Amino acid sequence: MTRDLLLGIFQAVLSIVAAPLLLGWVDQCRAWLQNRRGAGVLQPYRVLRKLMQKDAVVAYGASPLFRASPYVQFGAMCLAAAIIPIVSVTAPLAASADTIALVGLFALARVFIALAGMDIGTAFGSLGARREMLVGFLSEPALLMVFFTASLICQSTLLPTIVDTLAHRELVIYPSLAFAGVAFTMVLLAENARIPIDNPTTHLELTMIHEAMVLEYSARHLALIEWAAALKLMNFTAIGLALFIPWGLTAATAGPSGLIVGIVTTALKLTAAGAVLALIETVSAKLRIFRAPEFLATAFLLAVLGLLVHQLLGS
Amino acid sequence: MSLPSALQAVFTLVVGWIVLGAAGLLLPRNLVWVSRVLFPLGALISAAIAAFAFIALPLPAEMATLPIGLPDLPMHLRLDALSAFFLILIGLTAAGISIYSAGYFRAGEGTAPGLLCLQYHVFLASMAMVVLADDAFCFMVSWETMALSSYFLVTTQHRVPEIRSAGFLYLLLAHVGAIGLLLCFGVLQGGSWQFTFDAMRQAALSPAWASVAFGLALFGFGTKAGLVPLHVWLPEAHPAAPSPVSALMSGVMLKTAIYGLIRISLDLIHTPQWIWGAVVLALGAFTGLFGAVFAAVQTDMKRLLAYSSIENIGLIFTGIGLTLLFRALGQDSLAALALAGTLYHALNHAQFKSLLFLATGSVLHATGQRNLGRLGGLIHRMPWVAGFALFGTLAMAGLPPLNGFVSEWLLLQAYLFTPSLPQGMVDMLVPLGAAAFALTVALAAYVLVKFYGVIFLGRAREAALEQAHDASLLERCGLTWLASTCVVLGLFPVVVLRALDHVNRLLLGAGLGSQAASWWALTPTSAARAAYSPLAFGSGIAIAVLAVFLFVRWLYHGRVRESAAWDCGFPAQTSRMQDTAEGFGQPIRRIFGPFFRIRRQVPSPFDAAPHYALDLSDRWWYWVYEPIGRAVKASANRIGVLQQGSIALYLLYSFVTLVALLAFVL
Amino acid sequence: MPTPSWASQLIHLGAALLLLSSFAMLSQRRILSLVNLFALQGAILSVSTAIVAHTTGATHLYASAALSLLLKVILLPWILHRLITRLNVRWDTETQLNIPTTMLVGILVVVFAFALAQPIAQLSSAVTRSTIGIALAVVLLSFLMMITRRKAISQVIGFLAMENGLFFAATSATYGMPMVVELGVALDVLVGTLILGVFFFQIREQFDSLDLQHLERLKED
Repeated sequence: MTRDLLLGIFQAVLSIVAAPLLLGWVDQCRAWLQNRRGAGVLQPYRVLRKLMQKDAVVAYGASPLFRASPYVQFGAMCLAAAIIPIVSVTAPLAASADTIALVGLFALARVFIALAGMDIGTAFGSLGARREMLVGFLSEPALLMVFFTASLICQSTLLPTIVDTLAHRELVIYPSLAFAGVAFTMVLLAENARIPIDNPTTHLELTMIHEAMVLEYSARHLALIEWAAALKLMNFTAIGLALFIPWGLTAATAGPSGLIVGIVTTALKLTAAGAVLALIETVSAKLRIFRAPEFLATAFLLAVLGLLVHQLLGS
Repeated sequence: MSLPSALQAVFTLVVGWIVLGAAGLLLPRNLVWVSRVLFPLGALISAAIAAFAFIALPLPAEMATLPIGLPDLPMHLRLDALSAFFLILIGLTAAGISIYSAGYFRAGEGTAPGLLCLQYHVFLASMAMVVLADDAFCFMVSWETMALSSYFLVTTQHRVPEIRSAGFLYLLLAHVGAIGLLLCFGVLQGGSWQFTFDAMRQAALSPAWASVAFGLALFGFGTKAGLVPLHVWLPEAHPAAPSPVSALMSGVMLKTAIYGLIRISLDLIHTPQWIWGAVVLALGAFTGLFGAVFAAVQTDMKRLLAYSSIENIGLIFTGIGLTLLFRALGQDSLAALALAGTLYHALNHAQFKSLLFLATGSVLHATGQRNLGRLGGLIHRMPWVAGFALFGTLAMAGLPPLNGFVSEWLLLQAYLFTPSLPQGMVDMLVPLGAAAFALTVALAAYVLVKFYGVIFLGRAREAALEQAHDASLLERCGLTWLASTCVVLGLFPVVVLRALDHVNRLLLGAGLGSQAASWWALTPTSAARAAYSPLAFGSGIAIAVLAVFLFVRWLYHGRVRESAAWDCGFPAQTSRMQDTAEGFGQPIRRIFGPFFRIRRQVPSPFDAAPHYALDLSDRWWYWVYEPIGRAVKASANRIGVLQQGSIALYLLYSFVTLVALLAFVL
Repeated sequence: MPTPSWASQLIHLGAALLLLSSFAMLSQRRILSLVNLFALQGAILSVSTAIVAHTTGATHLYASAALSLLLKVILLPWILHRLITRLNVRWDTETQLNIPTTMLVGILVVVFAFALAQPIAQLSSAVTRSTIGIALAVVLLSFLMMITRRKAISQVIGFLAMENGLFFAATSATYGMPMVVELGVALDVLVGTLILGVFFFQIREQFDSLDLQHLERLKED
């Protein structure tokens, strides 16, 4: 029991530490696709260290909410990393929170960062907050519907049970999961502020969503927010892999050797996923902000369609 | 001497409320008497009622008959698990609101304080009597008293014309609903002409008449609860009333309508039909989305909260619809899950909606502004109120680990079982209701970020806001009470679920069982199927935040400097550059355009004095209420022809009637 | 429920992909994407016909699969590409309703089709009879696409997609149509497309645009 707990905490800490590496890998793949050399996969770590060493500069009108918000966001993402089966099925808190609670946790992080964006009272902060809540308002139901489809197939909302059922299933292909997969990819792109919803490397404030909210942050606060964003990408990718490509996750009763296998397979899957994400980002163009609701409405309706297809076909 | 029964204790306390109210008339203009003595006593009575009701929950139902009432129908009272639960809701919420009111009401605002005390406590007493009533007469008398006393409370500042017309609209629609209820009771007695609820339970109605009764009950209670299209009074009346009264109306009065609908459909007509559940679910889903969309575009903070109440009532109605659906199709344990989620959400909504209305009351008192466009940055001047409002905002947005999330989680779990329903189209359409539910909940988070951000965060939009003062001690006590109930109900759902099990067993015959919740986690169906541990969430986030904070301080440093805001280097930043309430709601207005009736005046580039105006109104008013109003006026004009003013003509009318009656009878 | 055979699993997957592609057609603005989606639909159809041919041993279905491959994946998309290049249309930016509303109506149509198809599916004896609902949904969605578009080319593609849906219903639920009917339908579709292509040139000559609202001016006021 304690061994499981330690193993679970180890996997959570590993994913928290490795999250910037995934982000660095995605950026490196994007650079290669754009025929550049890129900054190397360890660049996010260098950025984090540089930011942590600086003095935090806070605007005159900031409230305690502004200073507390990065910590809350990072804490929420760490908690999510402890719930999602990233390497092994027995994440430490996986039995205390199901997928719906996970969606609520992401909503908590989003509300806090949006409130922090409105805190200083600048035009861009509230612009970013408004757009972030718009994206969240449409992507959260889509995510819930994807989880619903998976839960209907597996008769449970707990992620370990879902992963176990899907990994040992007899049907090779679930058509409703095909819809859910497309919808989930679209939601992943939207929630993590990737192209085509938001450009993570843009410098034009009027096109920003996530960056506009965090314009006033600096030093360790900004470092925590960047890390939380990387962790969110890691969490979402892990959820996607757990739902759609669940083979290879360490089973509940495996020992340390099973954990090694789990780590290796997860690393391979994340590498492939990062490369695919970079490819999607390179071939797509960023949407105008008012095309974003259409994009997300498509994701939502696809997820609902997956639910209906499950009802009709029984799979 | 034996201990008094719970029902006797509760009834005595309710009478105590009325006595307190009458005591206010002794010194009607003395503010200290009313606010330092009477209102706190009223709060104590509320807490005591909640405590006695909690004790009475697991006990079998108690009945009593009062010596007053009609000649052959004295008033019957009944305290069973459902009544006890709603008494807990009323008592818990009213305690916090009464303490707040003690600090809130100041002299010189319309009605005298003593009169206000009478109206307030009669309102509370009548709501408790509605929940305790066991026959139609007692129910209708209490219902009417509730409507009348709340009308007087709404029109406290009766010198303002808008408030008078809002009160009139409220009273009108309350009575239209009451007519529906009277007719419903008339159908329910099923030929026995006995109007006690016991007789109605025994009456065996045919499915057609049962549907008629249910339809009338839905109409009557839907008017009081604010179901679309009967909701038009809510956004007018709730902002017009003083804030504690708005809190009481939104938080508690709307729940008596929920009580009534549950009592009639699950207790008096104990075999619901599945089509009722489907209709209620569809209406509830539409109401929820409608309320959320309208709340997102409001510019008045109390109207925003009123529309948000409509949204939550819609969610509660979807829960009732699910319960009826499961019950009608024979899945009693699933119906128990849905009913538990519904009642839990009613309790939660009472807490956080009252908390937010009271916070707006403090803001209104401090700044004199209800318009969101003139507020901002109040977290610096009013830190206590902002802190409590943050709790309310997070709770209402349905974020873990507070209470709003628990009830939404339970309802979503109930939705997950709907694809296995044995009825043909239902198993495909009801999951779509889950999609609408998720959409409404997500939009609620949007609305609340707007509410909190525009009022408390950012910079002050008016210079006068620098004079804002924080809430007084009594107001803070009331806010603390409600915020702590939000936290406790969120972290320890086991208490509520065990209580709700008694209600489930009473109404449905099946409960969720004791394995449904433990002090650590919530596992309503089975631990392998679904689990949520609010304590794990709360402690997990707290531990993670603390660990990160200490780690960063240890590894690096905690130095902070203050400087001007960056804002990408724009030099001249004023407070008017941040989002207004309309600006924040603009995406929703664009996406959900067809929901509104938009009148927009956009300046042209050639205007010497450009002017922008936006007016968003409710289409239902123009589709339903204006035509009815015109028809009533037209027919009244026609009938008015009879009134010529000549005495000879009136005498002629009497003569003709007398002659006709004589001819007819003889 | 016993595990269905790999063949019926593949057909279910094909049905889901067909529904996905017709939904994607509903939300696309670029005409080139519409043609590519149509080619994808044709590919799915020919693969599923081949699978049905393999499981039932009906060799004429192989010929049918080859015919749909030739026609729907190669010939018709080529004709449409040529039309698009010569008429110089790229985008169909104006739709009658906005895209989210169209998709919402699409979902309602799908629910309706599923509900309608359930009793009909009981009449068939094939294992994959539940795909009738999906086929019906594809037909109705393509009809919806035809209604909500303004450019004539999109309407032609919608018409062709409808035929795809009907074809899928035939193969999956009744294991194919008689060969004569098949050939006749294929010929109709080909000739129809050619004639419509000629029409488009005439329309473009007359109005200098392929926007259909110009055709409304033809009525006498």
